[in-house]
Amino acid sequence: MRALRAYLRSPAAVIGSLLVLAVVAMALTAPLFYPGDPLGLAGRPLQWPGQNPRFPLGTDPSGRDIAAQIFHGARISLLIGFVATSIAVCIGIAIGALAGFYGGAADTALMRVTEAFQTLPNFLLLLVLVAVFGSTMGTVTVAIGLVSWPPVARLTRAEFLTLRTRDFVQACRVQGLSDAHLILREILPNALPPVIVYASVVMAVAILLESALAFLQLSDPNVPSWGNLIGLGRNVLRAEWYVSAIPGVAILLTILGVSLVGQGLNDALNPRLASGR
Amino acid sequence: MRVFRLALRRLAASLPTLLLILMGMFLLLQLAPGDTVDALMAQMGGGDPALAEELRRFYGLDVGVAAQLWRYLVRLVTLDLGFSAIYGKPVATVILERLPPTILLMASSLSFAFFFGLVLGVLAARRVNRWPDTVISTLGLIFYATPSFWFGLMAIVLFSVYLQWLPAGGFGDITQSYTGIAAVLDIARHLVLPTMTLGLIFLAIYLRIMRASMLEVLSLDFVRTARAKGLTETRVVAKHVLRNAMLPMVTLIGLQAGTMLGGSVVVESVFALPGLGRLAYESVVQRDLNTLLGIVFVSALLVIVINFLVDILYARLDPRIAAGS
Repeated sequence: MRALRAYLRSPAAVIGSLLVLAVVAMALTAPLFYPGDPLGLAGRPLQWPGQNPRFPLGTDPSGRDIAAQIFHGARISLLIGFVATSIAVCIGIAIGALAGFYGGAADTALMRVTEAFQTLPNFLLLLVLVAVFGSTMGTVTVAIGLVSWPPVARLTRAEFLTLRTRDFVQACRVQGLSDAHLILREILPNALPPVIVYASVVMAVAILLESALAFLQLSDPNVPSWGNLIGLGRNVLRAEWYVSAIPGVAILLTILGVSLVGQGLNDALNPRLASGR
Repeated sequence: MRVFRLALRRLAASLPTLLLILMGMFLLLQLAPGDTVDALMAQMGGGDPALAEELRRFYGLDVGVAAQLWRYLVRLVTLDLGFSAIYGKPVATVILERLPPTILLMASSLSFAFFFGLVLGVLAARRVNRWPDTVISTLGLIFYATPSFWFGLMAIVLFSVYLQWLPAGGFGDITQSYTGIAAVLDIARHLVLPTMTLGLIFLAIYLRIMRASMLEVLSLDFVRTARAKGLTETRVVAKHVLRNAMLPMVTLIGLQAGTMLGGSVVVESVFALPGLGRLAYESVVQRDLNTLLGIVFVSALLVIVINFLVDILYARLDPRIAAGS
């Protein structure tokens, strides 16, 4: 309750929540407002926003409604962001928890792997994964999850390292509880809050990675992704720059919302730090 | 000297990581449907199986995966990255040609982000919770949320199409053949927009870290001592606070070297820069897996070297590190 009140008192967190809610609302109402195929032909190509009342945001070079693509694109961005973040957080927690809890050789081996992933530029790894496994919506989402977990693993490991020597964990240990019980029921719930907060950063990065991939036309071409639209608009950038500009604003506001929510959560859950940042 | 030894030890520790990356990548690429020879045959418009057999033997693809991996690692020690069937040149040559624009772009973006992040972070921290702080922090949030490729496109629209101040892409004016200073200036003009585009998100991160770190250091005892000596606020910040507050920023350079290299893939293809990132993109599109593997190797090396330099820099800034070992 106290955390919720602290959260709502921060203007940044409220703005962030409103932005995220707006994107979620767009995703939910997309089939209502634009029931047809957002990638289907809608009208004359390259009509400026406001030129034709039927297309408030104009049409793209192939004559598709930009507003419909923005609404349906919200679903794609949220879906990919959410699923990829879940994958990254699950892998990160699993690796970080095992490394932090057991220490020793397991820790060394798992951290070597984490380091290897961090040494490799994640976008480059994403390109390799897409080159190998193809670029359908599913593979792209899994690939983004696979390149985003190392910071989560490091964070979880750090939490486990400080928590595993605490008295309450030792007390459970002398009671003869299993390692699985200690990890899942005792330490993990206490380690989770900072990891959940960090998940907002992972989600922002995941959405950015997907849009960058789609911009390069290396993501699934059969879904109305914002990045795809920016990439298509690039060919008509000199005269009809609005085709690229509009979806970019949508991405910007989504990322801004997600980061503000994360920051608000962080300030509300760690009141000690709230004054400093 | 001690600093150098410490950094060298860290460098040696990253060798197993490098080996792990190479083995992982090699095995991953084995999963790709079709190999270089298939791609080559497709480009030639088909051919008979005997020719494919011949080509596979030529590229060393006729033995088992383990043997191929071993051969690959042995060749890497001599810095032989294999042959790019698409470019018709050794991979090492192709990469070396493409390396300078990327390194130039990364260095200039890093300097841009570091310098302005530092200045804005200090400004925000000195006016904390007043309007300059609010403006700078809000700008930081917006920069952080801006997709770099979109910012690049919008910058092209504004600065190249409407204002016509700067070129929209390329690494130099190909209609002119400049020499000496003129050539340097020409490249600099072409790098202004890419530098800003790639540096923007790092600027946002640096400014936020610098602000937080300044606030932390400003509350420490030695700052109070410096103030009690009667030093002016500017001297306190410049002489006592800055050096300590910069440490987290220096750490970040190393941590984000990889992210920056990944970002250059996108930025280089927005601005048509002939760099490593664009090469990575092209080799994905052309299924030139040999080159892709080479790029991954060189990128990992680059990140490791940057971290090595950061370690040395860090130890110079903070003598406690070298003294502690």
